[in-house]
Order: sequence, then C-alpha cells, then structure tokens
Amino acid sequence: MTLNNKLVVSASPHDRTHKTVRSIMLDVIIALVPTLIASVVFFGPRALLIECIAVGTCVVFEYFSRFVMKRSQTIGDLSAVITGLLLAFNLPVSIPLWMVPIGSAVAIVVAKQFFGGIGQNFVNPALAGRIVLLTSFPVAMSTWTAPLTWSQNLDGMTSASPLASIHTMVSSGAENLPSLTEMLLGWRAGCLGETCAIAIIVGGLYLIIRKVISPTIPLIYIGTVALFMLVAGKGDLCFVAYELLGGGLMLGAFFMATDYTTSPITFKGKIIFAVGCGLITSIIRIFGNLPEGVSYSIILMNILVPLIENITIPKPFGTPKKEKKEKEAKE
Amino acid sequence: MGKIHIPGVINAVKKVRGGVKVAHHKNTAELEVVRMPEPKQVILPMQQHIGAPCTPTVKVGDTVAVGQVIGDSDKPVSAPIHASVSGTVTAIGNVKLPGGAMAQGVTIESDGEMRLYEGIKAPHVETKEDFIKAIRESGLVGLGGAGFPTHIKLNAPSKIDTLVVNAAECEPYITVDYRECIENSWDIYSGIRTIMEFLEIPNVVIAVEDNKPEAFKILEQIVDGDSSANGAIKIMQLESRYPQGAEKMMIQSATGRQLPPGKLPSDIGCMVMNVASTAFISRYLKTGKPLVSRSLTVDGLAIKEPKNIRVPIGTSISDIIDFCGGFKEEPVKIVAGGPMMGISITNLDHPISKSNNALLVFSKEDAKVFKETDCIRCGRCASACPLSLVPTRIVRNTKAKDADALIKDGVMVCMECGSCAYSCPAKKPLVQHMRLAKSLVREAGAKK
Repeated sequence: MTLNNKLVVSASPHDRTHKTVRSIMLDVIIALVPTLIASVVFFGPRALLIECIAVGTCVVFEYFSRFVMKRSQTIGDLSAVITGLLLAFNLPVSIPLWMVPIGSAVAIVVAKQFFGGIGQNFVNPALAGRIVLLTSFPVAMSTWTAPLTWSQNLDGMTSASPLASIHTMVSSGAENLPSLTEMLLGWRAGCLGETCAIAIIVGGLYLIIRKVISPTIPLIYIGTVALFMLVAGKGDLCFVAYELLGGGLMLGAFFMATDYTTSPITFKGKIIFAVGCGLITSIIRIFGNLPEGVSYSIILMNILVPLIENITIPKPFGTPKKEKKEKEAKE
Repeated sequence: MGKIHIPGVINAVKKVRGGVKVAHHKNTAELEVVRMPEPKQVILPMQQHIGAPCTPTVKVGDTVAVGQVIGDSDKPVSAPIHASVSGTVTAIGNVKLPGGAMAQGVTIESDGEMRLYEGIKAPHVETKEDFIKAIRESGLVGLGGAGFPTHIKLNAPSKIDTLVVNAAECEPYITVDYRECIENSWDIYSGIRTIMEFLEIPNVVIAVEDNKPEAFKILEQIVDGDSSANGAIKIMQLESRYPQGAEKMMIQSATGRQLPPGKLPSDIGCMVMNVASTAFISRYLKTGKPLVSRSLTVDGLAIKEPKNIRVPIGTSISDIIDFCGGFKEEPVKIVAGGPMMGISITNLDHPISKSNNALLVFSKEDAKVFKETDCIRCGRCASACPLSLVPTRIVRNTKAKDADALIKDGVMVCMECGSCAYSCPAKKPLVQHMRLAKSLVREAGAKK
C-alpha cells in the first residue's frame, strides 16, 4: 500500500471540538438579537440606525487597524460585531450620530487593537468606548427619551431614567416611576439595550444553555447588588427590584462582565470578580454622584483580573493540602 | 475487607473533575477480533517500552522461531523482545519509531510456518519472585498504550492494597479492550486471581466505563459466580468521560484516592493494570508463549473495512491496511493509537509495537484539520484539565521561557491527555505547548 499525497502530521489530540472562536461569537450575537429587537420596538428606527453605525464602524476600524499594523485579518471572528452591538446598546437613542464612531474608535482601536487585538485587551472595549463618550459628552450621554414616543412623532420628549428617579425618590419623595412590569418589559427610559430585562435574560439563558458563559458571574454579580440594596433599602423588596431592573445591571452582568478576555479564568477568580463588580456598582449607586455604576465597576474589576487570577490558581491534582502547614512548621 | 458490592452504580460522588465529553466512535465494538495472516516480514524495534532499549541477541542470517528472544537488556527497567514470526533475520539496523525517534530494529523474513520456539513451556511459578521473573521473561509491557514494563510495576516496593483493573477504554474508536472483556473474560478473571495470589493484594476493582454495559454484565456474572472471591473483587461502572482511563483518574474513581504529583500509584497502595495485560498474564502462565502478537482496532473513514485484528508485533502499517481492504478514499491523517493521545505517522512503513492499540485512518472529514486563531481566554482549557492546570498560563510562561514559573504552574504533572487542546475553540496546539514547557523545565533542571 502506498500513498499518493503526504499525510498531515500534528501533535495529539487528533479530535477537536467543533466549536470555534467564530461559532462562539456567533452565539453571542444570536443572544443579543432579542435585545436588538426590543431596542427597535421601544426606541424606533433611529435605534437601528445607531446600532448599524456602531457595528459598521467597529468592523471598519478593526479592518483598518489590523491592516495598518500589518497583522492577520480578524474581522471574520465576528468579535468586532459584538463590540459594536454592545457599544450601541450603551448609548441613548438621542445621541448625535457623529459621536457613535468616536466610541467605536476608542473601543476597537485604543482598547482592543493597541493592546494586541482579540484576547489581549485588558478592559472591555465596548465599555471603554462608552466611558470615554460619557466623560466627553455627559449631556448627550445622559439625555433619555421616553419609550415608544417615536411612533407618536413626539420629538425630543425627554424623560428621567428610572434609576435616577428612584434615587431622588429615596431622598425627596415619590415621582412618576414605571411599574415593575413595565421595567421588566423595557417600557422605560434608558440606553438602547439596557431597558428590556426580559430580552437580556432570554439572551443570557441562551448563552448559559449553549455553555458559552457559565452562570457564575451574572448570578453572583446580580446577587451581590440585590443583597447590598436589600440592606441599603432597609428590606424594601420593591426598591431592590427597581435597582436590579433599572440601569445597565442586567446587560452588564450577562454580556459585559462575562467577557472572556477581561474576566478571570479560574472559578474562584470569577466569584471574587463578580462580588467586586456588585459591590462597586452598589457603592456608586448609593453613595456616588452618578446614578449608574455598572460600567465603572466592570472596568475597575477588569483591571484587577490579572491579580485576581494570580491568587486563585488552583493547585495541581493531588497536591497534599497539608503541605502549607508543614512548610510553616519547618520555618 | 471490601465487602461492599457496587452493582452497576455510577459513583457520582467520586466524579472526576474536568475532562471532556468526546464522541465515542466505538464503531468496531461488535466486530470480533480476527487473526491477521502472518506478514512476509516484520520489523521489531528494540525500544517498544518505557525504559532502556534492548540490544539484539541475534545476528543477520540467524534462523528464529516464534517466541524466541531476539533482544534483551541488562538494565532493570526494560522488557525482552521476542520474534513474532518464524524465519530468517535479514537485517539489523536503525528504524524510525512513529514518534520520530530512532531505535535499533531487527527485520525477520517469515518462512510462512509460524513455527513455535522449542524452548517455550509454561513457566514454573511458586513464589512472588518466580512470578515477577516469569512476567519479565514474557516481555509484557502495559498493553493500554503507555508501554511500561509490567514486571517493574508488579515489583513495587510498597504494599499494594488495591489492584485496579482498567477496562475504561476512554479513548474514542478503540474497542480491543472491550472485545477482550467479551471474548476472553475468563482469562481476565484468572489473571486477576493470579496477581492477587502472588502479590497478596486484598482488594480488586474492575472499572468499566458505562458505555460498555455488555462488558460490565459479563465480568459481573463471573465475579458474582465466584464465591471464593469473598467480595474482595468489585466491579464498578464509571462515567464515560475522557480521560477516565488515565491512571490518576482511574485511581480516584475506583478508590477515592488522589495521586500526589511525582508519586507512583504504589506509594498510595494502588496498582493499575489494563484488562488485556491481566488476560495475557493468565494465558502466559498456562502456555509460556511470550508477547508476540497483540490486538488492535483499525478504523476511520478512509479505511475500507474497519476491523479488530490480532497481528504479530512488528507487522508494518501498510500490511495492516492491505488486510483491511486498503483505502476507501485518500487518507489525510493516519494515527497510531487513539485520537486523543495517539501519534500521527509520516509513512506506512512503521511497525506495530507492543503498546499500539489502534490504527486510525482518517479522511478529510474526520481528520479535523483546523486553522489556529488567537486565544480568547475563554478558559475552556482550564476547566477541561482533569489535573487542575491552567494551560493559558503555561503557554504564556513557556513563551517567556520561565522555567521556575512553569514548575509552579505544575506543568510536570501534565499527562498530555489532550483535553485542553480538544476543547480549545482557537484550535491551539496546547499539548505541544505542554511538551515544550516540560522540556524547558528539564533543560533548566539539567543546567542546575
């Protein structure tokens, strides 16, 4: 028996999972579709326009930065599409369109490609884009439009975000708050992708079922905020519910804090990371001047990830637990 | 001792951490092992085991018979090599092993008679020393794939309280151990009893993965039927999860003990032995015929007739492919061993060695050649590692050539099971990185 062609030779294993980086990213995009639909339903065609601009510019920036840096092309892995979507989901519908590409540029060029591209960025690119926009254009970034006003041609009808309202309510009495059902469905003012909790949870469950993310980070993150708010609100469950559904907590917990590159690999690390995110979010919300703390909390914890990993590396299989004590005894 | 009988219960408590759910591909499970007619020539490498290579004890032109010693070593960790066909020694020279290393090899031209060596007779075994000496003379090495000389394993300095008989066969495709359980179940059992008797081992656990219920049933019937065993022999069904059959995982699943890094199973009172090895021991003690043939699974989409075959050791891969009807389509990759830990070979002249349990001929479809992309730090490698290592760190420290950090990362514990690379969506050759890391550590150690 002879061979016509040369055989492929490679290191074991010779069987590989069918999952690729691209298929994982595609799963995340699928998981973001319900939120995308919700944003268009509540905020109209302009929402779709912003999302298209964000995704388009992210992909273009990714293409050109790889091109200029003479690196292999990576737009095919679809990660830039996700960054674009998440960035758009973190913008209000009334934002001037020219600001969107600035956010994309910060996200893709500065936060991602300057540090080596996919897998190398030390903060979540979409959040970096959002934070730069928020600090540069604070008014445009915190002007909220009431939901479903687009169909009634009520241009420029602004509304307070419920998170801001509930905080003023706590200090100065009641204000018009959407009901909890409305909060769950997304019938409230806010960024494009953060309002519809149901859509985000459906997407998040899809990712968990497809084993793209583990439930550790979202559950512990949301749980920590819930616990903190329970104490802060002196046991008022309604207050806790508003805190959980208001602002960007759901979007952040399911889609931003779970970003592979900027969250710890180790299980214990994930717990520390999520608790940290929850604490910082709560502290900013309760004690800070800002109504919202999700972006900052995740970015701050992103920066701590290498340190968290260093202290949570598991011991190799079979390492005796007593070793440490024995060492100490010797010293 | 060990009175608890666990009939077919999956022991959920002792579930192995990590690992991967691989597709089993046990396509050949129902194919009986067929004996392949002896080939025209065999090449017997002098290195078919872990340890010192043998030196040829025959010359070119010598006439040899089946079972005659043709290579031996005076080093302790080694196993003699026997002629697998009768005929004439035509060449002694260097041969390339599947892994790329070179070793001396003895080529025997067959005379087609398969004449048995006249010196072969059942060994006289009365004591433990006799037993270990006989096993050394049989040339037996671990038949599960690692190829560690069995007489060294049997001669452990510490007291063994549990013998774990490994019938997990967790590597996909391979079914020869399963066939051994079905076809030679009594050989397996009597081998176990022999080892128990000579080494005075009080407990035995036979471990089968739960995707082989037939094998479990047959062995269970034999164990249950033997009242003299007094409950000392247990049979256990383990979750089918790769790498369940790896020594460390096996010990944990069967006994609940964890093997510390750098220790031998005997240090924690265990001995793990492959089912085919135990069956061979019982046959050898009856007949005295040394290890001259072995069973292997031939499968893959590019082979015309997948088979379980018994071949003389030293048969070339091309002869086996011919016997299995040739190629169905153009082969893209040929693997000696299982898909998770086997070696992909460069040409068809390689001989089958003692520890070779499969030959997989992959077409374009099942060869799974992927393009490598950038690591996204998803952590799948770390959660797949059954030994709790974090491959991403090891890769980083290998690139930095930081041997101290690599030792701290525990890379020397790695058994190269391939779970990390299997689960990597970026298709990183992680096992290759682990090997690189280990050689870095060894080099650094040598310098000190």
